[in-house]
Amino acid sequence: MSTARFLKARDIAPWLEELGREYTVLAPTRHGDTVVFREFEPERGIELDRLSTTPAKKALLPPCETLFEYATTKTDTPPYRTSIELRPTLPEGKILLFGTRPCDARAMQIFDRVYDGEQVKDPYYTARRNAATIVTLACSGQAGTCFCDRVGGSPVDATGSDVLLTPLKAGYVAEALTEKGMELMRDTAFMKADGLRQEALNVRNRILEEVPERTSFLDMERNLLSLFGDLGFWDKTAESCLSCGACTYLCPTCYCFNITDEPHGDSGKRIRTWDNCMSSQFTLEGSGHNPRPTKAHRMRNRIGHKFSYYPQLHDKTLACVGCGRCISNCPVSFDIRNAVACAIQHAAANAQEHAHD
Amino acid sequence: MTSNPPNVYLPDMATIQEVIQETPAIKTFRVTLNNADRMQAFSFEPGQVGQLSVIGVGESTFVINSPPTRKEYLQFSVMKVGELTSRLHTLKAGDQIGVRAPLGNAFPYDSMRGRDIVFVGGGIGMAPLRTLLLYMLDNRAEYGKITLLYGARSPHDMAFSYEVEEWLQRDDMHTVLTVDNGTPEWQHKVGLIPNILKEIGPSPENAVAVTCGPPIMIKFTVQALQELGFGDEQIVTTLEKRMKCGVGICGRCNIGSSYVCKDGPVYTLAQLKELPGEM
Ligand SMILES: Cc1cc2nc3c(=O)[nH]c(=O)nc-3n(C[C@H](O)[C@H](O)[C@H](O)COP(=O)(O)OP(=O)(O)OC[C@H]3O[C@@H](n4cnc5c(N)ncnc54)[C@H](O)[C@@H]3O)c2cc1C
Ligand code: SF4
Ligand code: SF4
Ligand code: FES
Repeated sequence: MSTARFLKARDIAPWLEELGREYTVLAPTRHGDTVVFREFEPERGIELDRLSTTPAKKALLPPCETLFEYATTKTDTPPYRTSIELRPTLPEGKILLFGTRPCDARAMQIFDRVYDGEQVKDPYYTARRNAATIVTLACSGQAGTCFCDRVGGSPVDATGSDVLLTPLKAGYVAEALTEKGMELMRDTAFMKADGLRQEALNVRNRILEEVPERTSFLDMERNLLSLFGDLGFWDKTAESCLSCGACTYLCPTCYCFNITDEPHGDSGKRIRTWDNCMSSQFTLEGSGHNPRPTKAHRMRNRIGHKFSYYPQLHDKTLACVGCGRCISNCPVSFDIRNAVACAIQHAAANAQEHAHD
Repeated sequence: MTSNPPNVYLPDMATIQEVIQETPAIKTFRVTLNNADRMQAFSFEPGQVGQLSVIGVGESTFVINSPPTRKEYLQFSVMKVGELTSRLHTLKAGDQIGVRAPLGNAFPYDSMRGRDIVFVGGGIGMAPLRTLLLYMLDNRAEYGKITLLYGARSPHDMAFSYEVEEWLQRDDMHTVLTVDNGTPEWQHKVGLIPNILKEIGPSPENAVAVTCGPPIMIKFTVQALQELGFGDEQIVTTLEKRMKCGVGICGRCNIGSSYVCKDGPVYTLAQLKELPGEM
């Protein structure tokens, strides 16, 4: 049995409030002039009109998370041996992500290939991921900085979502796409709306028609390899960058983390925190040696990772979902679209040159 | 409580059995895992590494440098360079550390069988080479001529001196020592590793060179090997890159699409040439 329901806009907040008893609910809410993705509270309301400034990734990889707690005990008789007990703190409980956009949901699958891979599984991530239901809202249109269509997605793409919401007048058609999605929709009081499926599809098709024809960034992973040795190109590309890292913290697909210990007397915890490859500290070694000493090296790695390295390792899937957050929030307006387009052109020119050698 | 899947971030607690002061800056730790079953089942291959934790301070990467054929303990040699390594140096027999091991790949010792082996180690870079060397000495008949060039800043910076003496005596290997700065008592070479290497001039014929040391030393050693006629497939090195997770997730250690913690730390020069130059 397929499950489609019609969600009236004004019924959503009370529903999320009710779900809050069973799930940790995260949703986009207004915060001053911006929209942030965070734990839903009725008084804060939800804001579905524009893409949130902060991505939904923190639901699965919190900015700061405890891996284990430890306690040290010393015997008080000779030979005064110390013993250390480690207690892992695995996350528990169901999570509902409401109002993610297609790019954010796609980004979760980019995490999955790394954190829930065939060889290695991250137990903290997988615990959250398996307990998470993702309700995605199809975008009514692309903003100026959006380019999901150039990286394999679209404003109505359902990849990675459990439920897809399509905006109609005064509400949304919610279509369950997975077992988890069905479970969520089945237990609601919302009106059954299988008859509205066709209308929802029409709406999505109209949205797709608005997407402009433009060059894609897919299938460039091999071409870009020729630029690795051309540090001059990256020097120019990174010229204005401040190495502040805003782009990495706000990126829904950036997943690097640091691990550090926080002692409090004889006990404490080991935590992991989001990290930022645009910082010179990221690869600095004890001897003072730094394999990525300049911002050119670091920009090469950030763009290389998203448009060449990751797709080489993961079936050509790009590790950029085209959300545009790094563009709209960069203090010097660095535009990754231009950088990649330029890199592709440059690589093609290099290839031509070699062909004439 | 058992977790499913296994928790890749949770160290095994281990007890330091013995600490050996190798040089003023290098100490060797022999440790056993507290869980006897885990210790019994522990196996690794030469070249693989471990993350050592001083709980409450942090974690860093060190080569397991006991030969896999000797199973009573795991051995790590640690050069004091910063925060964690300084704390490790304060630990004594009986103290507790965390161990996540084995991680990473191993030396291609199978494909090295039947070939001449040239080891070139600088400073603490001797640690990973030592494991492979001891493995080969334990299986001596399977390998051709073995040459070792080991260099350090000065005579008292030479680690593993108790073994180096033995290696010098052996007639089934050729050992050459060099220091940057000699002393009146020093009876071996004085000079930079790449120059001494060219002086010894090992033949590339059916040979493999394995080198490890500081990045700058590796760079010039590789050049020297190339001058001697070693091809890219015949040069093997092991890289140091900052690591955190050690299992290919945290994104710290990559060179291009290769993650040193799981695809490395051992690479041939041919493999490295495919990657951006971020040594
Ligand atoms: C694969 C591999 C094998 C290694 N094997 C050995 C070994 O057998 N013996 C040995 O003495 N050292 C070895 N190292 C280097 C060792 O990991 C560093 O010296 C150590 O991490 C320094 O830690 P610190 O906290 O004392 O230094 P700090 O400078 O205080 O550390 C700051 C941070 O940088 C990292 N870091 C600093 N220097 C290095 C480095 N050279 N390589 C990687 N990370 C670094 C640390 O982990 C820490 O996160 C190895 C490194 C790698 C990657
Ligand atoms: S946000 Fe802009 S300035 Fe800051 S690190 Fe990213 S590209 Fe550089
Ligand atoms: S790189 Fe920029 S556009 Fe691409 S997913 Fe990250 S923040 Fe969005
Ligand atoms: S150390 Fe985390 S990816 Fe290699």
